[in-house]
Amino acid sequence: MIKVNGLTKDYGARRAIDNLTFDAEQGEIVGFLGPNGAGKTTTMRILTGYMPPTDGSAMVAGYDVVEESLEVRKRVGYLPETVPLYDDMTAIDYLKFMANLRRIPDPEERAFETLEGVNLAERAESYIGTFSKGMRQRVGLAQALIHRPEVLILDEPTIGLDPAQVVEMRNVIREIGKDRTVLLSTHILSEAQQICDRVLIINKGKIVTEDTPENLQSRLVGSQRVVLRVRGDSDGLSARIAKVKGVHIVEAKPDGSVEFEFGAGEDARPQVAKAVVSAGYELLELRPVGLSLEEIFLELTRDNATEMSS
Amino acid sequence: MRNIWTIARREYNHYFISPIAYVVAFIILVTLGIYFTYIIGITTQQAMFGGGPAPEVTPINWLFVFLLVFTTPAVTMRSLSEEARTGTLELLLTAPIRDFELVIGKWLGGFLFILTILAATLIYPLVLNSLVTPGIDQQLMISSYLGVILVAASFLALGVGISAIFTNQIAAFFATFGLFFTMWFMMGLFANLVQGSGAEVFQYLNMSTHFTDNLNAGSIKVSDLVYFISLIALGLFVGTTAVETRRWR
Repeated sequence: MIKVNGLTKDYGARRAIDNLTFDAEQGEIVGFLGPNGAGKTTTMRILTGYMPPTDGSAMVAGYDVVEESLEVRKRVGYLPETVPLYDDMTAIDYLKFMANLRRIPDPEERAFETLEGVNLAERAESYIGTFSKGMRQRVGLAQALIHRPEVLILDEPTIGLDPAQVVEMRNVIREIGKDRTVLLSTHILSEAQQICDRVLIINKGKIVTEDTPENLQSRLVGSQRVVLRVRGDSDGLSARIAKVKGVHIVEAKPDGSVEFEFGAGEDARPQVAKAVVSAGYELLELRPVGLSLEEIFLELTRDNATEMSS
Repeated sequence: MRNIWTIARREYNHYFISPIAYVVAFIILVTLGIYFTYIIGITTQQAMFGGGPAPEVTPINWLFVFLLVFTTPAVTMRSLSEEARTGTLELLLTAPIRDFELVIGKWLGGFLFILTILAATLIYPLVLNSLVTPGIDQQLMISSYLGVILVAASFLALGVGISAIFTNQIAAFFATFGLFFTMWFMMGLFANLVQGSGAEVFQYLNMSTHFTDNLNAGSIKVSDLVYFISLIALGLFVGTTAVETRRWR
């Protein structure tokens, strides 16, 4: 559905995205994850036919975004990050306007149906200018869905929503993603983890890595890290743990606890526990500390962070 | 064509909820109303003292066009600049419509708005016609109204074109007004300052020649029509190019 090959975009001397290559299948929800300014919006603007790339190509729903821009735009629904709407129009009039631009046969009926779909039917006659952020977001989503597009591109769809609205928006996206292709951008990792089938981590215009959220976690962690704590004096504890077969890194923390790692698939915890107890320590805690997506993300985009702090 | 109409209809409806459009309509209609009353008064006086020339609609239409120089920049200033500023342009540029359809739609919406105001002034020739026997000069009236329509269409096309260049509507207003002022008032001065073919060029560019001296004097010439149609095409071309340029930035 979406095929991107070597996509590059320069703004003057600055390279916003650099040789991006990825694709997305029908019925797949792909998450674009990255810090602000990573190139997510630029990529989306190219895919929606808003601007041409400097180099490379992109096919959306079987059409080239540059050569057959109008065909692409007919098949794509787009929700920009800023949710630009006409404040002086009512929700229903606005959607009718968008339906007319999309050449939908019965714009009035479709506009109302779509508003119902985003739970805004009772506010159809209200001016968009009076809407809350969450309601605006829903009108924006309705506008993106009004022509039942094959591909839906959502730029930060949950930004600025309250927690209940975020859950609701995620459910709507999951529902849509069952039979259509959804590309969404976010900088919230748990969100990508919850709704995306696949995550592309993008930083400084380049794809850092690409995988399912689960694989990403296990692949990047590779080994398991465990923290161990005993009551009282912990002298010689780390030396004792290091002797256990399969244990790689032992790190004594200032608070007296010890962290160690072992390869995935060879659980060394029982051996460590036995060794610690037989050495006379009183074992209080033996807890795995899985590397969260947050940490993976920071790990992958660390170059950027150091650059910013320096 | 349908896309142009969709854009134009939204634009036209938008004028009826926009305070600026009401101010423009108010200024034009009140000024013309006062002037019309004055013309009727003068004519009545002249009739009592042996009669003067029969009243015509041309001075009223001249004043209409004069007011357009100042008011159309306010009508067009936000048409595309506001879309760019608020970001709504992004959704129009990712909708399946061509850039020229958007620009022509914007122009058409504004043009229909000015035509609506113009329609309200049709009461003046009707009143004059009933006052004068055997009625006012029909051919002059048609030529005069054609002139107003062409001037309005050109101003709106140029205004929409300039609006597409700017993101700030105040900047768009002053750029548009500066251009209209130059075309309407300054070109004649330039023509007097230089000699020979330079003077002819300025004289051709001078909008008041084409309107005041020709169309509003009852003469419909191909050269005047070409002048106005060229201006409309130029404005729409500039607008479309400016919108396309936005995509590349």
